[in-house]
Parts: sequence; structure tokens; C-alpha cells
Amino acid sequence: MSLVSSRPQNFARTSRRYLRRIGLRMSPGRISALLAAGLLILGFLPFIKLGLVVNGLILGSVIALGAIGLTLVYGILKLGNFAHGDYMAFGAYVAFFIVDGVLPRVGIEGAGLGPFTFGFPVLIALPLSAMVVALGAIALDLLIYRRLRDRGASTAILMMASLGVAIAIRGLVQLIWTGNTQHYPRESRQVFHLPMDVRIPPDGMFVALVAVILVAGVYLLLTYTKMGKAMRATSDNPTLALVSGINTKQVVWWTWGIGGALAAIAGVLLAVVQAQLLPIMGWKFLIPLFAAVILGGIGNPYGALIGALVVGVSMELSTQWINPSYKPAVAFAIMIGVLLARPRGIFGDAQ
Amino acid sequence: MALLEASSVVAGYGETEILHGVSIAVNTGEIVTIIGPNGCGKSTLMKAIVGLVRIRAGSVHFRGVDISDQDPEQTVRSGLCYVPQTDNVFPSMTIRENLEIGAFVRRDDYQFRIDEMFELFPDLQRSARLKAGTLSGGQRQMLAIARALMLDPVLLLLDEPSAGLAPALVEGVFKRIRDINGTGVSILLVEQNARESLRISDRGYVLSGGVNQLQDTGPALLDSPEVGRVYLGG
Repeated sequence: MSLVSSRPQNFARTSRRYLRRIGLRMSPGRISALLAAGLLILGFLPFIKLGLVVNGLILGSVIALGAIGLTLVYGILKLGNFAHGDYMAFGAYVAFFIVDGVLPRVGIEGAGLGPFTFGFPVLIALPLSAMVVALGAIALDLLIYRRLRDRGASTAILMMASLGVAIAIRGLVQLIWTGNTQHYPRESRQVFHLPMDVRIPPDGMFVALVAVILVAGVYLLLTYTKMGKAMRATSDNPTLALVSGINTKQVVWWTWGIGGALAAIAGVLLAVVQAQLLPIMGWKFLIPLFAAVILGGIGNPYGALIGALVVGVSMELSTQWINPSYKPAVAFAIMIGVLLARPRGIFGDAQ
Repeated sequence: MALLEASSVVAGYGETEILHGVSIAVNTGEIVTIIGPNGCGKSTLMKAIVGLVRIRAGSVHFRGVDISDQDPEQTVRSGLCYVPQTDNVFPSMTIRENLEIGAFVRRDDYQFRIDEMFELFPDLQRSARLKAGTLSGGQRQMLAIARALMLDPVLLLLDEPSAGLAPALVEGVFKRIRDINGTGVSILLVEQNARESLRISDRGYVLSGGVNQLQDTGPALLDSPEVGRVYLGG
């Protein structure tokens, strides 16, 4: 009797413990909020086009790659990096340069690899662009942000500086690649048809797969590696990290490196799913990025992932009722709503 | 030469100078307590020794080496560990992870040291997978001390380890400090709880207004009428 009745309780306790371990504590308020959201979704289900959910998850995985970098940088440097979107755009253009200007010279060209619209060159350009932007992000820190930090600059000053960096990067992109629309070499491909009128573009599956692999990589890095733990410790308590012997300069470099690399890859993937590159593409992406970060609790990378998926799906679903050009407004509305109702984000800890 | 020797240390924040030339020493094996009124510069002295606050004049020598201008990260490697008064754990990390960060600069397999810490503080072992942010004040203080002990320090700096603890727990903290000292770790202590800390101390210093006021053995300071009147509440 007692054994039977204790079982569900045990289950509840272990699942609670597990959620707490990965940083998601379940308070009564949070459970009811999730239940309400769940009911809302269930209620809307008959009116929802499943295809839009799929699109939303694809968009969400691009947002996630940007948002995780943004939230890590905020957690460790206390810098709301307004240039993060432009790091993405720069990464997309670096890949374009490699695909369009470098690889053809050594005889590597092509589009329409298997089911995908893009070709093998994009796969080569992806890691190279990630490396360039990672190094660029570290260089910008040495050049600008570290000097400001050493002078004891406030969070507001750092953010203003990043705004300047954002404008400078966009100007540079326009200067080099003009303001015209560009795209990676592509060949049109059939979309996959699934039941219930769900259509999945193969490119979208590629994007989601890359995002899943990278997010898993970041999770493993943060949870199990020495540098990952040092990053979390620095984010938690920089002074104590310093007196524990952690080389916080190295932690800062790694943070920018990871954030920059993820941003570059997000930029390339965005250019693939949108089938075009524009200098403004990163700047326009900033609102979904910040919405995801704030929704998940600023500084919490796992929260940013979930926030990104919610924002992505909401943005795509909204197109069923309102003009698609209002998609960023949906992200903005989510951001304002969260800031008003629950500024710590869904998964943020009360402090 | 003493294990730790701070001579005529001048330090402060921004335009404000808080220490106007403080000198203290800790010999190997000692427990030394610094007492003094609020704002006399006790905590600043700790931070200056560790390297979190820049030293403007004077010097700090640890094991005969000048560490006055050293980064905290370097100082920690030489065996001087520090427990701040507040914010002394990593709240979003588990207890075990906190101890792992404490061992960050160790090159060996430090698992045995974690086990030793669990032996010293059995409470911590029971909740090893809980986040440090969920701990009670007393457990958190134990974790903070355990984190600093992970490196087998030669000298441990404790900034008000009994602050904010229930009176029933205070005695336990001081007993632990004596136990730790018994394993060969020298201890420099800053305390508001002057009576209890002087009782376990070999020597003590009284700071006031950023300068040395008095120094003597622990028992002598306890018996001193002046100290009694001002700092021990009669």
C-alpha cells in the first residue's frame, strides 16, 4: 500500500531534482504558468497549421545559436551585445566571400548538394567563417571592451560601445559587399511532403540538425569540461572565480570565441533558410535574439534555447493571422510582455 | 621571517584611502585575528593581501616572496586562499562543482580531497548534488571554507566567517576553524565576534580608522580592559 502510493511521489521528486540540476527549478508559480501555456496551445491546436510550427522550429534553432552566444557574453561580461546580430551578418558574408571569391579559384564550386539547395562549398565555408568571427570577436574585445572594463566602465557604456561596433560592422559589410542582395550559389530543390500538409524544406532540416549538434556541444562543454565550469563560475561570481585561481582573461576569450563562432554559423544558416544575404539581416535579427535571451532568463544558456524555440514558433505562427512583415513585432511583443510580467524570464532564478 | 608579513600597507577604493599604513604578521601554524569597529579597514586589508584591491604603498610578503602587485590568480597558486564575507559560493553550481572550482589550479586527481572535505563537513556530502544557492547560511559558510581548502592552502584568510549565522552555529564555526588549524593550516581571521575569535587565536590585532591600534596575544587582548570596553561589549 505505502509502496504503491510513494511511487508517484518519488517520480515527482526525482524529476524535480533533475530539472533543478539543469537549472530549471519548478515553483508552483512556474508550474501554473507552464500549464496555462500548455492549455493555450492545446486550445489553439485545431486552428494551427502544423507546417508553420515546423518553420518556427527551424527559425527557432537559428535564433538559439545566436541567443546562446548572446546570453553567455551577458552572463560573463555583463555586456548586452548589440553587435551580436551584426556578428551573424558578418559571418554570413565571410562565408559568402569564401564560397564566391576563394573556393572557385581552387576549383571548388557547386550548388544543389543532394537534397539541399546549397553546395559543398558552404559546408567548407561554415567552420572557416566561424573561426574568422570567433577571432574577430576576441580581437574586438582586446581592442575595445577590455579597455573599457579596465577603466571600470558601466554596463550602459559597454552597451553603447557595442552599438557603435554594430554600426561599424554593418558599414564595413556594405562597403565590401555593397547593399545589394547576395546569395550563396543555389539550385532549387523539392520540399519533403509529410502528412497533415506539412512541408519541410531540406535546407531547414540541415539547419535544425546543425543547431542541435552545436547546442549539444555547448551543453557538454559547459557541464563537463574544465573551461565550461570556469565559464559558469565566472558568470556566477567573478570575484570568487578570480580568487579560486581561474584565469578570467582566458574565460573571456573563450566566451567571445564560442559566442562569435555560434553567431557566424547562425548567420550562415539564416542566409541559407532565407536564400539571401543583406547587410541588415543581422541587425533585424537582434530583437528575436534578445526576446529569446530575456524569455529564458538573462545569462541562462538552457533558458535561451527554450526561449529561442518559443520565439521562433510564435513568430511563424503569427503569419497565419497577421502580415509576415510583422514577425519581428511578435518577438518584440514577447520581449515586452516578459519584461513586464516576469523580468527574470521563465527559467531565471529569483535573486 | 613570518609566513605572511604586511608592512605599512596603504590601500583604498577610487579616491578614498581606507588603510593608512597597516602592518600585521602571521607566523606558521598561528591563528591570528583582526578585530576593530565597522569601517576600520579589516575587509579591505584582506582584499589587499589577496590582490583584489591594489596596494598603493607598503608591501605584502608571503613565504618570503613580494606579492604586493600580484594577480589573485597567482597568489592563490602559491598557497594563500581567501573566503570572502558574502558571495562566497557559486550559487548556480552544485556543491561538488563548487569544490571542483576550488581545486581549479590543482594538476593532480583531487577526488581524494573532495572526499576529505566531505569527511570534514558531512552535511555537504548529503547534498552534494544540490545547487549552492539553495543552501542555508551555515551550510553555505561551510561550503565556502571547504572550497578554499581544496587547494591545501598554507594560509587561509577568513573574512567574518560567523557573520549572519544563528548564535547556535557560531560556536561550531569556530570549532571547525580550530580543527582546520590543527591540520597545519595557518589562519588569518577578521571578526565582529571578537570574544569567540580571540579565544581561539594565538595573537590578535586591533585596527581602528585604518591604522594599527593594539596588538597582543589572544588571551591578553581578551583580558585587556580597553579592548573589553570598546569591542567586547563590557
